Formats: sequence, structure tokens, C-alpha cells
Amino acid sequence: MSETLPLSILNNRRLDKWLGFRPDRTVRLAVGKVEIGQGVLTALLQIAAEELDVDLGRIDILAGDTADAPDEGSTSSSQSIEVSGRSVRLVSAELRGRVLARLAQRLNCAPGDLTVDDGLFLQGGEPTGFDYWSFAGPEDFAADIEGTAVPKAPSAYKVVGQPVPRRDLIAKVTGAAFIHDMVRPDMLHARVLRQPGYGAKLVSLDEAAVRRAAKGAFDVVRVGAFVAFVGADETVVQRAAVAAPAHAVWSDAKVLAPAMAEASWFLGQPADDRFFGDAVAATEAGTVVSQTYSRPFVAHAALAPSCGLAEFRDGHLSVWSHTQGVYPLRNSLADILGLRRDQVTVRHAHGAGCYGHNGADDAALDAAVIAVQVPGKCIRVQWRREEEFGFEPVSTAHTTRVRAELDAAGRPVDWTVEVWAGSHVQRPVFGGNMLAHEALPNAPAPSKANDPGEANGGGGTRNGFPLYDFPAKRVIHHLALATPVRTSSLRGLGALPNVYALECFMDELAERAGIDPVEYRLSLLSDPRARVLLTNVAERCGWAERGPGGNGRGMGIAWSRYKNKAAYACVAVELEVDRDVTLRRVWCAADAGLVINPDGARNQLEGGIVHAASMTLKEQVTFGAEGISSLDWASYPIMTFSEVPQIDTVIIDNPDMPTLGMGECTFGPTAAAIGNAVYHALGVRVRDMPLTRDRIAAAMAG
Amino acid sequence: MEMTVNGVAVTVAADPATPLLDVLRNALDLKGSRYGCGLEQCGTCMVLIDGEPAYSCARDVGSVAGRAVTTIEGLGTAAAPGALQAAFLAEQAGQCGYCLSGIIVSASALLARNPHPSRAEIVAALDKHLCRCGTHTRIIAAVERAAGARP
Repeated sequence: MSETLPLSILNNRRLDKWLGFRPDRTVRLAVGKVEIGQGVLTALLQIAAEELDVDLGRIDILAGDTADAPDEGSTSSSQSIEVSGRSVRLVSAELRGRVLARLAQRLNCAPGDLTVDDGLFLQGGEPTGFDYWSFAGPEDFAADIEGTAVPKAPSAYKVVGQPVPRRDLIAKVTGAAFIHDMVRPDMLHARVLRQPGYGAKLVSLDEAAVRRAAKGAFDVVRVGAFVAFVGADETVVQRAAVAAPAHAVWSDAKVLAPAMAEASWFLGQPADDRFFGDAVAATEAGTVVSQTYSRPFVAHAALAPSCGLAEFRDGHLSVWSHTQGVYPLRNSLADILGLRRDQVTVRHAHGAGCYGHNGADDAALDAAVIAVQVPGKCIRVQWRREEEFGFEPVSTAHTTRVRAELDAAGRPVDWTVEVWAGSHVQRPVFGGNMLAHEALPNAPAPSKANDPGEANGGGGTRNGFPLYDFPAKRVIHHLALATPVRTSSLRGLGALPNVYALECFMDELAERAGIDPVEYRLSLLSDPRARVLLTNVAERCGWAERGPGGNGRGMGIAWSRYKNKAAYACVAVELEVDRDVTLRRVWCAADAGLVINPDGARNQLEGGIVHAASMTLKEQVTFGAEGISSLDWASYPIMTFSEVPQIDTVIIDNPDMPTLGMGECTFGPTAAAIGNAVYHALGVRVRDMPLTRDRIAAAMAG
Repeated sequence: MEMTVNGVAVTVAADPATPLLDVLRNALDLKGSRYGCGLEQCGTCMVLIDGEPAYSCARDVGSVAGRAVTTIEGLGTAAAPGALQAAFLAEQAGQCGYCLSGIIVSASALLARNPHPSRAEIVAALDKHLCRCGTHTRIIAAVERAAGARP
């Protein structure tokens, strides 16, 4: 392999960290990426089964465990198949190659004479009496991975590329399946009284009043301004937590104003100004046009409020969490609680879909803080619905302004994107950015605003650079130094608002040039894979017959390549506007290179379409004086069964191209296609999401 | 108080004001009914009470004394999934799966009173349920499959 090894292998060199062969003729695959509803574990199992030539049913997977599984950072950014998948492929191919080389030596034959059938080694089709398990002594697999093995050619695949069913789904349709359902010995239930914002000090808590409301026995655990109600009866501690805010007096709580929830608030805020791309031309070439688009703060709004379990026994802290990164969480917990890292183990347990950094890590810290105070017990913290909406990190409001200089034919010769937003990623790293930490005596200073680097796809700048053939392009990023509430990663980061802006603006420029939007795009786009998608979707949706619009029915189209380096997606939308927007049909085409599991991929593409449509049409976090005020599903509505359109998805078969992460690729194109279709339906451009009845009415009023 | 849960008579020693969901999950160890909001807004806690879908998160257990409660566990097991559960597996109708037990419970009530519902009737029956992963179209297809409308 001439390519450099994936980061996952560089950080976890030992073969036996990944693969083990157990006496019961099963294989253990251990990975650092975790299941968050995206079906990744099934895909990783397929890759291992393929390269090892062991039946899928013989392989178990351990995912996300700081004691026994490799450190692969966070499960994020559509990296799991690109990075972990590539690692599992290389590790499995290497193990197979090493064992076969050793067997060939023993049998005095060429390794090429040997084949593998469900783990059994054959020579000329006849059993050799040897299998993987014959070589399972620790002396064989305790070695470092060299990464020189050559995996199978895609044309030889039998398991990869097949729609293998998800292994975890059976539990989820029959009963207990989630961290919320775990029962441990000596388990106590706990709820937390939340500090109303950074720096708030607890003046008083009327415990007697809380006890009267709770109607049962519980203990109060207090560490600084962190207060928890802990007891054997979950109903009682829940009642205590519901009653407590009315009996608590705080000082120094931050006060928010409703206007801070609008994306435009960031335009006047102190920022770290960053510049990427081509220098600004000294003179303007032609006509200059500019438009500004925005999306407000939005919530992950996981269907399950977060949950964490922790127990502190004999000086060791064991934690179960639905975190996206068990190792970063372990490091943070150790640092916050003053423990050595080897005193803390974090194990992943399934939660509801998170779509980014929600309250999972925070609930784990809550449980850990309490567990250290109550050693010998397992502490189970279950967040309440209003706690999840009110205290999880949300995705920052985001404004994107696009400015183009056009030549005489109306084609951009110079293109500037300017972004105003808070941080898109503030994951727990070394104790920072964790909710309960702010209430503890060793509370950290507010974290410095930061965003992922451009090599990782950026945050506020994600998909800010257009992939069209413009001679000069640049992105100016005003990364706000502070945000009114905690912000962190949510599916796609800045991709959705940026693609919304870029692809809506392309439609506006096409109209200005008097050219059909698809034709206009194709005339400025040389990437062949993108051209295939645009053409494919335009043909399937009947683009040529879409008509002039303006009658309340509209069709729009948009595309992007996620992070400008992951999967490509093109989406067309047909909708009606009668005060509210009603989606009728969606057509999607995606190119993710080699697809490991086409059924799982389709599920992710379509889920991303519905999620993005919900965000584009309905979602906005609102603020009151005391913080986030959208605290339930009535004040934070999401798309329902009766609102979901028919979706028609095509995956472009491209097995000889490297796998590209596709969990987020439909997000931006869906939003922009809706924006363009609403314009087609009404003849009015709605540039500020969500496209609610009120915002549409405001845009129509001009 | 006494009630029937998944066809079995049980005696529950709980404060009658305890939410039915807490009794199911903690006293009876039936974890398939899930906590999502406690506000009767999301449907993850849906059970059948005398055959009718009902939220269990804000329902006092005292109000179901003497009545029959069915949870997802009453519709089949991992070893022997019921027809609806099998249909959801066949369609791979799930992403994170947190919404599914409540949805399958509601769908079972629909199919019991209307064995061959139209797509619109399925949507109407499920509209009180939220799915955040966007798996709606597969979920509808799974109910159609269970109703025999799909192969």
C-alpha cells in the first residue's frame, strides 16, 4: 500500500486490539466507532467477514470500550466507513495474509495454493486440518500491523455490497435495547437540578419543599453548585427534579433575550475573522450581486433524553454512555474528577439517534460526579425531556452571505462567501465543554471559540467553497468568540446553511442570466460525478416539464459533495405552498463510491432528507430570559408521518472508487432544493430558515 | 392493585399516582415501553389498554386497575417475533429504533380493527408518533407488509 495508513491504525497498531479468535470458533472484532442508528457496525462486520472469509454469523463486534477496543476518536463527520472501514479491511487482510503465509511454510506450498472457507484453510480445495483458531495463540496476533497486505479486489466481493440486515434491530423492536434499559446491581436513580447557565450560583434550595413534592425517600448530593436527587425509586427522584427549580434561588444567572436566537444577532458580535482562498481582486470585473441567507439555532432533539450510568468501586470508575467518543469522554471524566485515566473505563451503550454532540456526554458526567460521592452504587442518571431541550449543546445559528461578480453572460468570475456563526464543534476534550463541570468547584474558564480545521472539512466554513468552475473564490469566516448558549456539532455542521445559500444563489443567478437552473449549473461544472447526478435527478423528476411555476406548486433542485471530499448527493423536491409548505415528492441520487451495505446507505440518505426537510421547514430553538424556551415537542415541532413526502432514491454504482462517507450528504442539497422549490412555487425567495408560514408571509410582504 | 399485563395477571404494589410507564419499566422489568417526553407528545411510551393505544408516561397506574395492558413484549420476542415485528425486520424499518416499540404497538391496534388499512389510514394512526431519524417511509412500508399489502 503506497497510501498512508488510516489514523485509526496509526493510533492502534496491535493486531490483537482489533481481532481475536475465541475457542468457541467465533471471531471478535473490536472497533472504536459506535452505533448511533446509522448501521455502521453491520457494515464493519461485512468488511471483516469479506476479508477474513469467515461467515458473518461467526463474528461478534465490540464497539466503543476504553478497556478493550481501539481508540478511534469520535463517531462523527461521516468518517466511520471511510476511516474505520478502511482500517478493518487492512487489519483483516493482514491477519489473513500472515496466517496463510505461516501455514504455507508449514505445508511447504505457496500461499496462493491456499483458500479460506468460513475460517477453514483449504489446499487445492481439500481441508488442511488448520483454521484461524489453530493460529490463535497470543504469539501470532500480538504484533504490530504493517499495513502492507493487499485486500481483495471489489470484483471478488461476496459480502461487501450486499444488503445485510442490521443485527441490532431485533432487540429494538422487541424490548430492552438501550442504555436507558440497563439494570445494574445496587442501582440508584438520579436526577439533576440544572444550573441556569454558566456562572450561576446557588443561593438557596428549599429541600423540605422538594421532599414534600417528591413523596418518598431520596438523598441530595451537592458538589459546589451541582445538586442531584438520588434514590431507589425513579418516580420519586423524578418528582423531586420536577419540583426543585421552583424551590431554588440562583444568583448571577445569565439572562438571554429572544433576539439572540436569531442568526442576525451574530453579525454584530466580536469574532475571530478568518480568511481562506484566493486574494480579493484589486478591481471589480463586472456586475456585483449579493444575497444573505440564514438558519437559526437548531436542536439535535434526540427522541430519548440522555442517560448515563456510573459506578465507583475500589477506586475505579466504570461509566456507560451513548457518547460518540468513549476515549475523549474517559479523558474528560478523569481530568474533571481528578482521577488517573487508567482509573476510568467508559463503555458505549446504544442510545437514540443523536445526529451529533447532544447531552450524552453530559449525562455521563452527571452520573460520574454522583458515583464518586456514593461509592459502591451504580448511579443511573436519566435526563428529563425539558432538560435535553434546555441544556444539550445546540447547533449554532449561521448566516451566509454570497457575493458574485458576473461577466457579460451572467457567469461568476469572482465568488465570495462570508459566514457569521458560533462554533460548530465543541466536543468534550480534556474536560472542556461539559455541562456539570461548570457547576463544580473546579469550573473551567469559558472555552475559547474554535472550529474544525479546513483539512477536516471545516465547521462554519463546511461546504462554503463552491465546486463550480469559478476563476476566483474565497471564504471569510467570522467565528463568534462567544455564543448565548452552548453550541456543538449537529449533522453536517455548516454544510446545511452554506449549501442552502450557495445553491439558492445559483438559482438566483441562473434566473438573472435567463438560463434554466440545471443547464446553468452544468455549464459551470466540470466534475463528472456531479454532472452524472444532476442529469440523473433532472431526468427522473421530469425537470424539463416543471413549467414556469408561481401557481403554488414548485420544483427545485440542488446538489453538493459533502465536505467537498465525501459523498455526492443531488436532490430534487416537488412541493405545494398554501400558507404552509407541503412536500410531495423527493428524488435523490448519491455517489458514495464503493457502498458496503446499499440498504443501510439508502436508509441514511433518506433519513438525512427527512431530517434536513424538518430543519428547513420547521425547526428553531427559541430563547427566554432564563435560557432556551423551546423545551418540548410542541414548542420544537419536527416533521411528522403526515408531512413526510414520497422519496425515490438511486445510488450510483461506483464500486471501483473509494468509499465516501454518506451519512450527511443529502442534508444541504435537501434544504436548498426546498428553498428553490418554494421560490418556484411562489416567485418569492425565502432566505431565512425555517420556511414557516410566518417567514414566508414576511418574505411575500417584502 | 391488580391488572393484566401481556395476558398475565399481576399485582402491583405502587402508589396509584405512579406513572404506568414507571411501573412497567421498573416494577415489571418491561423495558420495551420507552421514556421520551413524559408529556404525551412523542409516543415512545405507547401501550394498549384494553386494546386501545394509550400513552403510559403520564397515565396514573391507578387508572388501569383491573384492565388489560399490552406492551411491545406482548407482541412477540426476539426468538419469536410477532407479525408486525417480523415485517419491521423484513423492511429494515429502523435507524436508532427508539421510536419503534411505541409505533408497533399503535400499528397493532390499527391492524386489529382494520386488517387492510390504506396508506392514509396508516399515516393517520402513526401521526402521534415521532421518529427523529427520518425512517417514516420504511415504517409505513412495514405496516403495509404486515397487512399483506406488500409481498
